[in-house]
Amino acid sequence: MEQTPILKIDKVSKSFGPVQALRSVDFDLLPGEIHAIAGENGAGKSTLMNIIDGILQPDEGRIFFRGEAVEIASPAVAQRLGIGFVHQEIALCPDVSVAENICMGATATSRSLLMDYKDIDTRARAALRELSDISPAALVRDLSISQQQLVEIAKALTLDCQVLILDEPTAALTEKEAQILFGIMRRLADRGISIIYISHRMVEIFENCDRVSVFRDGQYITTRDVADITPSDVVAAMVGRVIDTLYPDKQAAHERSDEVILEIRDLTEAARFRNVSFDLRRGEILGLAGLIGAGRSEIARGICRLEGKVTGEVRLNGKPIDIRHYRDSIDQGIVYLSEDRKGDGVFLDMSIASNIAALAVEQVATRLGIVDDSREADQAVRLGQSLGLKCGHIRQPASALSGGNQQKVAIAKMLSVGPKVIFLDEPTRGVDVGAKAEIHRILRDLARQGVGIFVISSELPELIGLCDRVLVLREGEISGEVTGDAMTEENIMYLASIEQEREQTA
Amino acid sequence: MRVEMHMDKLAEPSAETPKPAGIAEAVKRLLGMRETGLIAIILVLFVVMSFASPYFLTWVNMRAMAMAFAVEGIVVVGMTILLISGGIDLSVGSVTALAMVIAGLLFLAGVDPWTASAVSILACTGIGAVMGFFVTRIGLHHFIVSLAVMVIARGACLLGTGGRPLGLYTLPPEFKFIGQGAIGVIPVVIVIFLVVVVAFDFMLRRTTLFRKVFYTGSNEKAAAYSGIRTKKVVFLTTTLCSALCGVAGVIYMARFGSAQPTFGIGMELNVIAAAVIGGASLKGGSGTIFGAILGAILLSVVSSSLALLDVSVYWQDIIRGSILLTAVTVDHFINKKRQQAA
Repeated sequence: MEQTPILKIDKVSKSFGPVQALRSVDFDLLPGEIHAIAGENGAGKSTLMNIIDGILQPDEGRIFFRGEAVEIASPAVAQRLGIGFVHQEIALCPDVSVAENICMGATATSRSLLMDYKDIDTRARAALRELSDISPAALVRDLSISQQQLVEIAKALTLDCQVLILDEPTAALTEKEAQILFGIMRRLADRGISIIYISHRMVEIFENCDRVSVFRDGQYITTRDVADITPSDVVAAMVGRVIDTLYPDKQAAHERSDEVILEIRDLTEAARFRNVSFDLRRGEILGLAGLIGAGRSEIARGICRLEGKVTGEVRLNGKPIDIRHYRDSIDQGIVYLSEDRKGDGVFLDMSIASNIAALAVEQVATRLGIVDDSREADQAVRLGQSLGLKCGHIRQPASALSGGNQQKVAIAKMLSVGPKVIFLDEPTRGVDVGAKAEIHRILRDLARQGVGIFVISSELPELIGLCDRVLVLREGEISGEVTGDAMTEENIMYLASIEQEREQTA
Repeated sequence: MRVEMHMDKLAEPSAETPKPAGIAEAVKRLLGMRETGLIAIILVLFVVMSFASPYFLTWVNMRAMAMAFAVEGIVVVGMTILLISGGIDLSVGSVTALAMVIAGLLFLAGVDPWTASAVSILACTGIGAVMGFFVTRIGLHHFIVSLAVMVIARGACLLGTGGRPLGLYTLPPEFKFIGQGAIGVIPVVIVIFLVVVVAFDFMLRRTTLFRKVFYTGSNEKAAAYSGIRTKKVVFLTTTLCSALCGVAGVIYMARFGSAQPTFGIGMELNVIAAAVIGGASLKGGSGTIFGAILGAILLSVVSSSLALLDVSVYWQDIIRGSILLTAVTVDHFINKKRQQAA
């Protein structure tokens, strides 16, 4: 049966400066289908979605909506056409009630002078009813991340949309919440609403979607019925090469050591994590998995005393150490690479050299505290070269670099103090495939040189491909550890959300 | 195997690998600098004004212009450093006046002027420390804290003097020398100003302490994540700004031979404008002392020119405000262009 697509993308291209993000991409969306979009970071998924939502304008190509050529000049136009977009990043007003957030779109276009709180409350209740038992009167800042994500979805539902774009909506959800969401998606689709579903998780795509389109390096690769294709076909199409080469070799059996670099015992921070204990051994890369909000970053930051009031014991090379401030942590050789590179990883308007020197400016200064520019430059050139940093020169501002190279600057900053242990929080988020593989190799090299490497990541394939051992965190407690052949996405997801499973079976 | 391959790459740096900046790059940077543009504008004004008014290029006028911005320039130094760290201080005018009043009252009470000045500068440093405490420990915004202190300090000035200027006719000549004397042909005030500017400009560019001010202002969280004690840095810059107000107040007292409780109203605008025109960002993280002083010189030259051209004083504020608005608008577009280029 041939259906007219509700949305058709015809040979759309888009460049940002010299970078071509989309090359003559085609895509069509049928009424009432759930259409998965698969592709790695940098494949062009977000660019295409932003074009559909009117946030970006295509350089070339046309967009057809219900068979008519349209120009989506802004998100407001997209909204009028009936296109709703739930972004991966939560964009809610934290100090305003759930109901007002949900109805913000209606409030923005309302002609009435006064707020109709009764109407807002009714609409919000209707939108939330199917999703969750969140109170419409609650303030958004008091909600958990997964509840906020549900509010975002409810917000899109009030817009009466024909096309709903969901960008990795389950990243922050528990298994149970995700299942509720899939149920709602199916009901919406049955009502004739088309859903574009972006996800990295093959299981979700194959269990809940009708068709899947794959993108790679800004190009459209293929669209197939989910029934006619296997997950490994999709992955192969996404990556365009054999996946094994993405990750460096793991630690060989003879390299294994019982020497413990970092010992953590009974680390507790009242509200966020409890009785966390683990050993980081010489030469290994240790991973930490868990749902968003499980307390992964908080543990790393707690050990480094970047935040929180933490109790428990930290031993470095067998000796207990007392860290009061992150400064002490750095001086002891324990450093933390932030998950939010742009937010708190680099100083965008400062030079690459100054960025790299930030962890210990004293190192490149004279005894009187005068910064020696040439020593600062030498350090930057030395560390930059060892990491394969690509840049014009080291006095350029960090903002001139690509995401992957910015991340290398952030890593160079860590290495400038000759650390004994590095905590890396989402080390490859938002960097392209090539740089990602390079960063993985750098981490493996460092591990071989005896630096303790601890990686936190939301990307399970990354943890599985890179780490020798993965700890799984669930609601602030370590729920298990996987290693060797037991390191599978299923095992990790099971450990990360086991409580939900139990509730469901109970 | 993999490691070896990596090492190969290490051995032959390609054209893209990091390298120190070359001379061409340095020239490009020099031309692109805010300071270069400001100097050009000031020079053009000088040329135009030397034709427009025969008095402009006279020694007397030059000296008057320099005196006009020199003492305020010391406050500009403090404000620039505070702005770089991400803060702002609206209380500079009041605190400068309070410095005069405290020193003046102590002198009238029989304390020798040097001790009185030292106590007064210490008191201003204390005011800065209190503001720093409210900002870094309590977590209030600089704007609100310094707004409150601006009013409180002014109130204290009026309370201490009964609202009337204190005549300090008996100030010893060696103290008045600070504000009125000259070394050769150069007024002492300008010598002090130059020493402060050169010292802080050097420290800001080169010392690790002030480098941390840039890190903090550029991205406070990233600075904290680099082990920098950002609260200490902000506390320090807040305190330093008030301390320099104290120094300025004492010099003003020596220069005027009096303490005026209403002195310095509106000074914060002038000082912030100078720093911003000179390239300091209200978002923190950028700015130079040299640029800020050029900004102060520009404002001073404009004021002096308008006076020589018999333009009404009332127009002067309007023109000063417009210059500020133009400078920040131009800056905004340059930044936007730069970001797009990146």
